[in-house]
Amino acid sequence: MDRRTVLKGLAGVGSLAATGGLSMPALSQGAAARTLRFVPQANLANFDPIWGTQYVVRNAAALVWDTLYGLDATLQPQRQMVESEEVSDDGLVWTFRLRPGLKFHDGEPVLSKDVVASLTRWSARDPMGLMLKAIQNELTTVDDRTFKWALKSPYPKMLLALGKNSTPCAFIMPERIAQTDPFKQIPEYVGSGPMKFAKSEWVPGAKAVFEKFADYTPRQEKASWLAGGKQMLVARIEWVVIPDPATAAAALQNGEVDWWESPITDLVPSLKKNRNINVDIADPLGNIGSFRMNHLYPPFNDVKVRRAVLAALSQEDYMRALVGDDTALWKPLPGFFTPDTPLYSEEGGEILKGKRDLAMAKKLLAESSYSGQPVTCVVAQDQPITKAQGDVTADLLKQMGMNVDFVATDWGTVGSRRAQKTPPGQGGWGMFHTWHAGADCISPAAYNAIRANGDKAWFGWPTSAPVEKEVLAWFDAKNLDEEKAAVNRLNKAALEDVVYAPTGFFLSYTAWRKNVSGIAKGPLPFFWGVSKTA
Amino acid sequence: MLSYILRRILSTLPVMGIVALFVFSLLYIAPGDPAAVIAGDQASPADVERIRQGLGLDRPFLVQFGSWLWHIVHGDLGTSIFTNLPVSAMIAQRIEPTLSLMAITLVLTILVAVPLGVVAAWKAGSWVDRTIMAFAVFAFSLPVFVVGYVLAYVFALQFEWLPVQGYTPLTAGFWPWLQNLILPAVALGTVYIALIARITRASMLEVLQQDYVRTARAKGLDQRNILFVHALKNAAVPIVTVIGIGIALLIGGAVVTESVFAIPGLGRLTIDAILRRDYPVIQGIVLLFSFLYVLVNLMVDVTYTLVDPRIRY
Repeated sequence: MDRRTVLKGLAGVGSLAATGGLSMPALSQGAAARTLRFVPQANLANFDPIWGTQYVVRNAAALVWDTLYGLDATLQPQRQMVESEEVSDDGLVWTFRLRPGLKFHDGEPVLSKDVVASLTRWSARDPMGLMLKAIQNELTTVDDRTFKWALKSPYPKMLLALGKNSTPCAFIMPERIAQTDPFKQIPEYVGSGPMKFAKSEWVPGAKAVFEKFADYTPRQEKASWLAGGKQMLVARIEWVVIPDPATAAAALQNGEVDWWESPITDLVPSLKKNRNINVDIADPLGNIGSFRMNHLYPPFNDVKVRRAVLAALSQEDYMRALVGDDTALWKPLPGFFTPDTPLYSEEGGEILKGKRDLAMAKKLLAESSYSGQPVTCVVAQDQPITKAQGDVTADLLKQMGMNVDFVATDWGTVGSRRAQKTPPGQGGWGMFHTWHAGADCISPAAYNAIRANGDKAWFGWPTSAPVEKEVLAWFDAKNLDEEKAAVNRLNKAALEDVVYAPTGFFLSYTAWRKNVSGIAKGPLPFFWGVSKTA
Repeated sequence: MLSYILRRILSTLPVMGIVALFVFSLLYIAPGDPAAVIAGDQASPADVERIRQGLGLDRPFLVQFGSWLWHIVHGDLGTSIFTNLPVSAMIAQRIEPTLSLMAITLVLTILVAVPLGVVAAWKAGSWVDRTIMAFAVFAFSLPVFVVGYVLAYVFALQFEWLPVQGYTPLTAGFWPWLQNLILPAVALGTVYIALIARITRASMLEVLQQDYVRTARAKGLDQRNILFVHALKNAAVPIVTVIGIGIALLIGGAVVTESVFAIPGLGRLTIDAILRRDYPVIQGIVLLFSFLYVLVNLMVDVTYTLVDPRIRY
């Protein structure tokens, strides 16, 4: 009997009992309504959203720090801290003006010098920031509320860069904090966002507390994702880290917490049966499963081997291993971009469509340079998503007749090993598994995984001139049609060269108690507009 | 005795030093990289390398160890790589829940296990003995997390008597504090109750066959007096030994229990630190635990002299 079986069984029974009308324990009524207790997807282990780029840090940071622009639900960047912007006719000089009344949590006003320091730090770490830095003439203050970014060549995606929600976001901090080396942690957590971070109450690994910032002035527009009026309807938000999914489910059923960001799929059926709990898709942009092959060494330095694997893999196998039999939660993905977004493309995706032909894959493999060497497949077994994918891949490769060296370890080890450029037999690797947030894959803007610029590319270090050409074409595109055309060509080129193997598109759930309202679907948990009754 | 205790406490220092060197070396050669964890899944290799440099993880082993040791002898356990908080502060935050859990578990274990063992020995061979020993075998076979889930389901979800998770400090009041600890302590204590009940029974059986017990019975002493005053005191040395070992083992058991019941204690901190390769935190906790182990052993040795006056140091 394993741990997962036990928790599934008990959670199921527990839920049935709850539907039977058992009352929930009485909690402190007044304070309870003002405090939202939230179980995040992971532990908030550090709190510098530029230094550490984990999603959980970004999600907490969005409460404390504000951005100049914010991406809305239509995927468009909208003004947030900015009142207005101007771009010169040649597209080289951007002048921004901050809206009045912005204040940091320490009572100091937000000035353009703070913005300049923050953008300087951010641009040293962010892929789009690095592009901007590479073409930057100067980033300077004009007056307390105005700053100017002068470039050597136009950068049409400027507002997207400043408002995107992929990590690291361009959060604005006080100058004294933003001057910290971008590769070192900031010493203070002072922002100008709608909530203040209660550092004295922070118990890393257990609890993080946010309190409403009384001097925050929301925009007048309706809130939409990271854009619009961020109206806080609760006075206090407590992030309660519960590492055990069964305990998190029980705490939600028991009313000890109000909102669980990412319930595991095993427990969702029982949560759905509980009359006090809502369960819904968390993020319509979902996630893209993937495994990456090391393009530097045999066998995957041979595109024929990569194509053979792609021809054989069944995305359905991967998705069922990931999310179970709930077919509403996944769909096949014959491409690299997020389904149901403007740039979604299936161009060149035939290799991932139709019936899987193992015999054909074996034939392709036989025609390739593969000579039976072991394929080092490193898998983080402490991450259910990567472990499930790794198991499917190991089986697939064996069926294809490949020699698999399956290395099941923890994420800390995979994270360091995948950075090794040595050959697989000397501490390197052949393949690893991961997934990408769909929000990061709506365009090439923040999509590291699609880049194929060799040594500068993401782990696996693919090199593909056609792919890189189309990435740059997208950045230069003047309108949506041009963007679509570039991404179509990019999708095709990336599949031909097999930059990486997409294993399918999948969604995940979020769950909250019915006395909580205003929870919006999106790529991260948005707390503005969320209210709670006792 | 006092000089013995002082000698024992001083002897912990080299033990802790050797443990520290061993752990530091082990972490250094073990695979894994905190920089990769910090940078996040989407970071580039160059970012990871720059973070490693920023943390000083690219420095040679001896430089890193020397620097760490230098800070230790100055009473500084260092700063967490991830949280940027002093390790001593993080440990201080987490020690109360763990010590509370261990204390409640220990009290519960002794209060339940010792009488069970005594009764089982007294009624050796009867249905009472067989029932107690069957319970002991069953309880000993149950993983902590299974007991934890069952307890949470019954007493938190069904009866709604106790909370499922979390910890309330003792400063908030005795009952709120105890409320959060009952289920975890029972879950954690089950296996120790079984273990100590069995040891108590075996030890008592041996003592109950001694001549002085027979004499006591012949003198007409009542059964309770014989069992709990005369026999138990003489059977106490192995029981105290096992309780001592149990305390040390409780630290390990607390890791699982704290995870299941989301108690923010040292066990969870240890696991989090290991998974993230937060070296200063791991080293700080290991030092603390090794000190606790030595201290528990010392307490056990001192207790021997209390229960058996023939033992002298």
